[in-house]
Amino acid sequence: MFCISFFLISMDFKGRDVISIKDFTKKEINYILEYTKKMLPYAKGEKYKDFLKGKVLSSLFFEPSTRTRLSFESAMNRLGGKVIGFSDPSGTSQKKGESLADTIKMADSYSDIIVIRHPQEGAARLAAEFAEAPVLNAGDGAGHHPTQCLLDLFTIKNEKKNIEKNNVILLGDLRYGRTVHSLAYALSLYGADLTLVSPNSLKLPKEVINECKNLGVDPVQTTNLEKAIKDADVLYVTRIQKERFPDAEEYNKVVGSYKINNELLKNAKKNLIVMHPLPRVVEIDPEVDKTSHALYFKQAFNGVPTRMALLSLSSGVTP
Amino acid sequence: MKKELKIPRIKNGTVIDHIKAGNAIKVLHILGIPKKSTSVVSVAMNVKSKLGNKDIVKVENREIEHSEVNKIALIAPKATINIIRNYEVAKKYKVEIPDEIEGIVSCSNPTCISNANEPVKSRFKIISRDPPIIRCYYCEREPEDISERII
Repeated sequence: MFCISFFLISMDFKGRDVISIKDFTKKEINYILEYTKKMLPYAKGEKYKDFLKGKVLSSLFFEPSTRTRLSFESAMNRLGGKVIGFSDPSGTSQKKGESLADTIKMADSYSDIIVIRHPQEGAARLAAEFAEAPVLNAGDGAGHHPTQCLLDLFTIKNEKKNIEKNNVILLGDLRYGRTVHSLAYALSLYGADLTLVSPNSLKLPKEVINECKNLGVDPVQTTNLEKAIKDADVLYVTRIQKERFPDAEEYNKVVGSYKINNELLKNAKKNLIVMHPLPRVVEIDPEVDKTSHALYFKQAFNGVPTRMALLSLSSGVTP
Repeated sequence: MKKELKIPRIKNGTVIDHIKAGNAIKVLHILGIPKKSTSVVSVAMNVKSKLGNKDIVKVENREIEHSEVNKIALIAPKATINIIRNYEVAKKYKVEIPDEIEGIVSCSNPTCISNANEPVKSRFKIISRDPPIIRCYYCEREPEDISERII
């Protein structure tokens, strides 16, 4: 029995949608991170408790996913629940022109929790309007990816013991990368120092920078990674996302702008951690995998306990 | 010297004054005039005033509701509403930008779900009243060309 479950119920997480990290206070995020830590032995398979037995998760992936979808499914299965859904919308009534709203109403009647990934921004917010069951956003276009953000925060806190005292570099596609939009906001909520490194055409949108500033954090913007890495505690690398570019010519101009390799990391602090939401393409050389800096696979694993925590809290069923 | 009226006085109805020059037609569009109304409507554009050029709209035999008029606040934030009864000004008030607007402005983000074929209206939260800044409820984009995006 968790001693924190009583407090979490009093915070009214049951039935709560998870659409954007901005829908949560710092206090609530801290609770989720604490809860996630308690889920670690269940995620690793060291403990087993089927407290989500009888619950059904609708897993609606309108866009490709490996980690997010599999970690949600792993989380639900390990806690005794069942998963229905699809990972390719071509086999659904969407192809016949069904609206997202109608698809959601149907999934709502078949399940207790809905997870959705969709290529259009705001899709999860719309889904939450039409569903009674809690909706968990697994990525909406270039919009939000709150469960990724929570697992990123959990990874930083678990490794560094705190979030606020870190100098974090966000690197790569800061314009279209939804994970960095959510993360820049959340790190600002904790007061971490932010350095933004990207090609000029892929800078963080002004709306996101303004939100950081409103939280008291003024991010440093640069294109010089070699200089910035010397003072960094966390290097958060993102892929230049070909699928978000309006045309191939623009993509070709910036792909391969930055590459993390052991030569670059010679200038970094010994305890610098390198994170990446994955998949990576060319931005991190595989030689980095063997170094103590590489944390991205552990980070990917942390998706399971984080999503266990969210499934448990939003369904209102705790161990 | 007697002031010359560009358009005649109305006996009953609503006069919307101090509309930013060039925006009268958009104001009528937002208010659903004349589509949703059979009222006689007079429009004066580029009328000289102490505060620069302005547009004026006069709608006969229809008293426009306060809440309805607030919809025009984003493109005509300085507009004043005069309710006319028997040639006299019975009520006068300024428009106020509401906290949220629905179905008036389309989102500037082509991949926003509110621009897809879904059974929802566009929704924006008002972030700033002066200058007007609005944020899409769905995708959180802040369109810069508000007056161009009137539905």
